[in-house]
Amino acid sequence: MTQISRRDWMGLLARAPTHRLAALMPAEPDAAFLRPPEIGTVMVRGRIGATGSAFNLGEMTVTRCTLQIASGQVGHAHVQGRDRDHARRAAVVDALMQTESASDVHAGILTPLAQEEAQRRSLRAAKAAATRVEFFTLVRGEDK
Amino acid sequence: MYVAVKGGERAIDNAHAFLAEERRGDPAIPELGTAQIREQLRLSVNRVMAEGSLYDPDLAALGIKQSRGDLIEAVFLIRAYRTTLPRFGASRPVDTGKMTCTRRISATFKDAPGGQILGPTFDYTHRLLDFKLLADGQTPPAAATAPANESPLPHITGFLDRDGLIQPETGNAETPPDLTREPMELPAPRALRLQALTRGDEGFILSLAYSTQRGYGRTHAFVGELRIGTVAVEMEIPELGFAVEVGEIELTECETVNQFTGSKTEPPQFTRGYGLTFGQTERKAIAMSLVDRALRWRELGEDDTGAPAQDEEFVLMHADNVQATGFLEHIKLPHYVDFQSELELIRKLRTEAIAARTEAAE
Amino acid sequence: MTATLSGGFRDAPTQSARAFRAILDALSRPGTIQTLSGPVTPPAPLSQAAGTLLLTLADATTPLHLAGDLDTPAVRDWLTFHSGAPLVGAGDAAFAVGTWDALLPLSRFFIGTSEYPDRAATLIVEMQDLSPNGARLSGPGIDGHAFLSLPEVTAFAANHRLSPLGFDCFLTAGDRLAGLPRSTRVEAA
Repeated sequence: MTQISRRDWMGLLARAPTHRLAALMPAEPDAAFLRPPEIGTVMVRGRIGATGSAFNLGEMTVTRCTLQIASGQVGHAHVQGRDRDHARRAAVVDALMQTESASDVHAGILTPLAQEEAQRRSLRAAKAAATRVEFFTLVRGEDK
Repeated sequence: MYVAVKGGERAIDNAHAFLAEERRGDPAIPELGTAQIREQLRLSVNRVMAEGSLYDPDLAALGIKQSRGDLIEAVFLIRAYRTTLPRFGASRPVDTGKMTCTRRISATFKDAPGGQILGPTFDYTHRLLDFKLLADGQTPPAAATAPANESPLPHITGFLDRDGLIQPETGNAETPPDLTREPMELPAPRALRLQALTRGDEGFILSLAYSTQRGYGRTHAFVGELRIGTVAVEMEIPELGFAVEVGEIELTECETVNQFTGSKTEPPQFTRGYGLTFGQTERKAIAMSLVDRALRWRELGEDDTGAPAQDEEFVLMHADNVQATGFLEHIKLPHYVDFQSELELIRKLRTEAIAARTEAAE
Repeated sequence: MTATLSGGFRDAPTQSARAFRAILDALSRPGTIQTLSGPVTPPAPLSQAAGTLLLTLADATTPLHLAGDLDTPAVRDWLTFHSGAPLVGAGDAAFAVGTWDALLPLSRFFIGTSEYPDRAATLIVEMQDLSPNGARLSGPGIDGHAFLSLPEVTAFAANHRLSPLGFDCFLTAGDRLAGLPRSTRVEAA
């Protein structure tokens, strides 16, 4: 099993398509909500001139959730969009990744999500690459 | 003066029902789904997200459907919805240098490292109506692919920066002002101006940018780089003590290279304008960077030529289409008492004028 | 860790709206005492009323100052998780909470500007008890006059004289809450 940091798996879960996460998690352990799934926003900031001071670009919708599974581990999630189930499942996975079943969860949920994401990105990058301009300069008359 | 008048409830209810029926149109035609709007009218969705100042393609699509395609009305709906949500915090500034680009062009360097990537653009289409799209059910062939280098593309202005040819853009870690939380105070710092411009009306920003090109506050802009793609949004989570990615958004960024500044002590350098907008919204991002540059005349020691695009108050106070349409459209609402007083006044004035004329004639 | 993460609203939209109504009533009818009993259970020594009020009104855009003995790791972590409010020194605070002695001197708190008097700090004074007797209150929201057990009179009378500048105040004891806006005239009974 390859190592993955908590930061990385939380990001992967946040970016995952909701229906894929649902399909990969047919069953969930019992969990008590410490903060039930809640829809809100995050103010997205940019940098002036890409490298300068921050400015407020606009908000995005985010759903967050914190819960505790029966074995005591606490899972957190902050995921883009307004899908409460997505946030709950992401928090459950976050909690499970702190238990002894982490390697199973990694193999069964995180690895497929990561592979699918890599495929999506590669395909889009390959389509963009096909629109890359190859310049060629015609010989001009006066250059003879 | 406003006076509440009761009545009209039934008329209003019936108007709503009529509106709902008109929104649906001919029931013999299949209903438009919000997923269809999100996928197939993506540029309308992007515009509503940018001006609504809320990145959520599903909500923008719903707004467009509900507003029957009136994008300013859709922006209004999105803004109204946004006010009902708690704000969890602010992201770290997005790193557009790490953008996964689907489009990246430069008008200043043909051979920019990383290359010119055209992406899904209208630029080289012939602007001829494509009657093939009238036919239903045709899925276009898959786009071509080519081996890609997935490492980040460097910012093109970075090359000018390295040689000291362009003003460096450095910053501090201060919390930027937020016009959605505090009333705008003028003069506005550049961070506040950029926030107002990025959520401003595309038509208004476009026209102002065009006016600078035609000479009203000319800035001699070149598009140093225009890039469109996705960036990760990271937020510090206090209870975790570290930052996590909460998602990915599509952005358009435009960096312009403009004519010079310099002084007796500083050799001439290019200057910059900056545009950053939600979604694939490149007309808006380019226009934003031109207006940003025009508004910088004071900090760059340029003359105020009196051009509209240099007038911060004019630009910032009129860029918001929800504010503008609210004030504009309110004049169609009942002003019966207002108007009654005007009527009385004009009758009085006329009576006096006629009396004076009669007197003079006698 | 779980103690930090529990004790918030279970159903934030409804429960915080109820709390907001009680808070609004307290501030708009100075001298009345409202009850903020609900699901919110803050860590000691923060009272239930002060905890509920902060979870209702404070967020990431309202810097919060914890004065004196309230500034414990448990209270800090709980408020950070449930409200998101950044914890700051007295001079930068939009909200400040503590006992009367811990909040002194009051000159540390922001009283707004003449352009934006609304940007003044709001103080939450944790009390042993709260009762409708003591200092005499009059002004907007009060039919004639009312009485409230204030920790002192002079400071509130001086604050009223700054109006429209000046801080606003809540007084909390257990699950009980009273409001004292800067517009209220305060005199010794």
